[in-house]
Amino acid sequence: MFGKLTWDVIPWSQPIPLVAGSVVVLIVLAVLAWVVLKGYLPYLWREWITSVDHKRIGVMYTLLGTVMLLRGFIDALMMRSQQAVAFRAAGYLPPEHYDQIFSAHGTIMIFFAAMPIVIGLMNFVVPLQLGVRDVAFPTLNSTSLWLTATGALLVNISLVVGEFARTGWLVYPPLSELPYSPSVGVDYYLWALLISGVGTLMTGINFVTTILKIRAPGMSYLRMTIFCWTALASSLLIIAAFPILTATLGMLALDRYLGFHFFTNDAGGNMMMFINLIWAWGHPEVYILVLPAFGIFSEVISTFSGKPLFNYRSMVAATMAICLISFLVWLHHFFTMGAGADVNAFFGITTSIIAVPTGVKIYNWLFTMYGGRIRFTTPMLWSLGFLVTFVIGGMTGVLLAVPPADFVLHNSLFLVAHFHNVIIAGVVFAAFAGITYWFPKAFGFKLDEGWGKAAFWLSLLGFYVVFMPLYVAGLLGMTRRLQHYDVAAWRPWVLIAGFGIVIMMAAAACQVIQFVVSIRRRDELRDETGDPWDGRSLEWSTTSPPPPFNFAVLPNVGGEEPYWEIKRRAIEAQQLSPEPKYEPIEMPRNSPTGFITAFFATMTGFALIWHIWWMVALGVVAAYAVFVWFAWRDAVEYSIPAEEVARYDRERRRAREQWLAQHAGQPA
Amino acid sequence: MLDPRYVGGDGPPRDRRRIPPQGRPRLLLRLPAALIVLLVGGCSGGVLDPQGPIGAANRLILLNALGIMLVIVVPTIIAILIFAWWFRASNTRASYRPDFVYSGGIEMVVWGIPILTIMFLGGVIWIGSHDLDPFKPIASPEKPVEVQVVSLDWKWLFIYPDESVASVNELVVPAEVPVHFSLTSASVMNMFFVPQLGTMIATMNGMVTQLHLAADKPGEFYGQSAQYSGGGFSDMNFTVRAVPQDAFAQWVATTRQSGSALDRTSYLALCQQSSNVRPFTYRAVDAGLFNAIASQQLPPCPGPNIERAGVTVRPRSER
Repeated sequence: MFGKLTWDVIPWSQPIPLVAGSVVVLIVLAVLAWVVLKGYLPYLWREWITSVDHKRIGVMYTLLGTVMLLRGFIDALMMRSQQAVAFRAAGYLPPEHYDQIFSAHGTIMIFFAAMPIVIGLMNFVVPLQLGVRDVAFPTLNSTSLWLTATGALLVNISLVVGEFARTGWLVYPPLSELPYSPSVGVDYYLWALLISGVGTLMTGINFVTTILKIRAPGMSYLRMTIFCWTALASSLLIIAAFPILTATLGMLALDRYLGFHFFTNDAGGNMMMFINLIWAWGHPEVYILVLPAFGIFSEVISTFSGKPLFNYRSMVAATMAICLISFLVWLHHFFTMGAGADVNAFFGITTSIIAVPTGVKIYNWLFTMYGGRIRFTTPMLWSLGFLVTFVIGGMTGVLLAVPPADFVLHNSLFLVAHFHNVIIAGVVFAAFAGITYWFPKAFGFKLDEGWGKAAFWLSLLGFYVVFMPLYVAGLLGMTRRLQHYDVAAWRPWVLIAGFGIVIMMAAAACQVIQFVVSIRRRDELRDETGDPWDGRSLEWSTTSPPPPFNFAVLPNVGGEEPYWEIKRRAIEAQQLSPEPKYEPIEMPRNSPTGFITAFFATMTGFALIWHIWWMVALGVVAAYAVFVWFAWRDAVEYSIPAEEVARYDRERRRAREQWLAQHAGQPA
Repeated sequence: MLDPRYVGGDGPPRDRRRIPPQGRPRLLLRLPAALIVLLVGGCSGGVLDPQGPIGAANRLILLNALGIMLVIVVPTIIAILIFAWWFRASNTRASYRPDFVYSGGIEMVVWGIPILTIMFLGGVIWIGSHDLDPFKPIASPEKPVEVQVVSLDWKWLFIYPDESVASVNELVVPAEVPVHFSLTSASVMNMFFVPQLGTMIATMNGMVTQLHLAADKPGEFYGQSAQYSGGGFSDMNFTVRAVPQDAFAQWVATTRQSGSALDRTSYLALCQQSSNVRPFTYRAVDAGLFNAIASQQLPPCPGPNIERAGVTVRPRSER
């Protein structure tokens, strides 16, 4: 009836996952109870869960990513503290638990923290910057979000029901094959990623379509912001790379479920093929994450330097060059697997070539600051922290691209330090820069600068204290994923890193306090103008938060920085442009399709993990039925009458006129 | 002379230069490299403290590449900090140039310098990858010692086919003599790595990888698996003892006198998962054993499996 599922799968005898799991379950239940008792449930359902508004979906994606970032960080705390105490000792986490933690840490951080935050910001910002009302396929967008949430939920269920993979975050076979990993851990991994991967692929399709087909009048490709360009590049990479991931994990699932032999030791399987394929997805994935991050830094540095981005066209070229070359480098992840010298040298050289467009980007940001008037706000601090730190991470990356150097550094803590160096400084710093930068746009008030800056400085310091010692430990020969170790020379560096994670913990606390303080002081931090940072692109031309239709009248774009020009013209003329003619606006209706599909997808995934075959059939049929039902809908859109649009826009214009009066006499 | 069977596919023998233990890069490149060495001063035992020609060459190329990049990276970081500070909004002496958004000269420099650097580095990569190809034998008047390595769960088996002895978790080799490793795995993937001797290489079931290493002088080195392979992975380390040549001969002679023999039956017992195994030796080895493992005449071992229990993590005080 319930396949492999019995009461024994809950880890009654292991206090750490049991207590952690119970606390999480209690918190979730408490939040749910609060929502229901306060009567917020209908509001949440109507306005958020079923919402197809790209802004709301963006906020929910970012929220999901932030919560999972915290979960992944707790895993990091456990790993660092385990290694700090496990010198010639067993530590407090037995291998069967420690191995799950480092596997879950990587999986969560990449798929369920970094990806949702990056996609969330893309969702929120891209249509606004393009000057349009929504993405190309709004309901599909909602479905993507909820399928990603399904994956995150499955990973979290594994904490209390059964276990997670003990194979590392990329489940290398043959270790991940049935003979060596017979339990459900790898299955949790497979179905969580296969289901959320569908969501990610649909996001990629959605954004490529949006950016190529739906832009404001006059918004030619070379007038799009760099963030839109990077979102396009990232979405193209998603479309090209995620099918590889799905196929690879699908083959592993066939091995495990139906006795195929793609990657097994016996019957002609070849595990090297898995490693090849997984990195053919894995390396572009790095750029799927970091290109939008580069986009965020471009926006932030330009805005707070009070200058357009330096060498805009060069930046576009660099972005697209990285997009292409990122598919030619994957082999550098396994130089030590015994390929010949020609192959290793080729991929070493292609890898170092990627440093060229990346270097160009760094210099363009540098010269954007040159001749600027730099305001050191929290987003700008994150960007500066990124510039300095990322250069170091890039350098160690090119070092690892030199095969003979990689021969002694592969899989060492030097490698671990390198990719945390680029992902933390690149993606995580960008996430925080982006969240602080666009938060007032989303919610109508700024985040508290004091706590934000404290979080930045502690993160920066914490980062260096954790990862610089790990570089050294790697040079001393320490390999990754050790549950305990005996070599005395490594110990001081591991202890310093353990101290650094405490600083990181303080930084995380500052982030949480920042949100709490800002929400409590929201009336003081209120942004009335819609343009709190003196911005340059179109998202700042509408109110904060923007109305569901984003713009009362779609802007007419005449240059690379449309909003900056509108603003300058208004200041010069001391008046706003004449009132436009308002027309009714058609907007897509909210739909529960995404949520219900994801509900059945979760059911299917869970049933597949535990071999509950009737439930698999039920879930698949039900999920399909939801789509059929959605396809037969007759009311697709609803209309917002012209008067309502006019009322909204006149109010916005009043606020802008007040702002203009305050800025009277100032040079543009 | 080298056994021709083991010559890597790397061109005629005259190309096999001896890899210099210490190179002579330009002073400019050596300076930052030296700084880094100082920075991680107490780094004895790591990859920056190599004890053999391969490790020394790995280190040299690592430091060279680092030096080449530091030439660009250090000025860039300094420029970032200076620009950000000088052009702060409150600095009235800095000129505000909002129209400075393009410069052909700067464009050429920012594309040109990285391209030139990468071309230079690309040359280093190409030459280095060929010089340090793990398949490539080390040029030496001495005949290399043959060692066949099998990664087991979670221990290392070293077979000496010419001497017909074997040892577990301890690799004894003569110093100043090249060692040719042929490596495979009994079940899951592992990675053979002795940081002070240099280059690591994967071990995989049904496949043989090759590696050439040498120790400059007698000593004891730490060896480990550099590829996570399941619950007992953390204990999957071993000691390399490089001994003078006559001591090696003596070790072989002593080993032949005691212990049991390693044949297919005893191999199947040995390859059951266990961790923290104290080093021991076999007095004789079935000659075709390694080939039988690598060609899967002997099926893959049961492999790591936590459900079958047997993982014991005991703190060790030795080493």
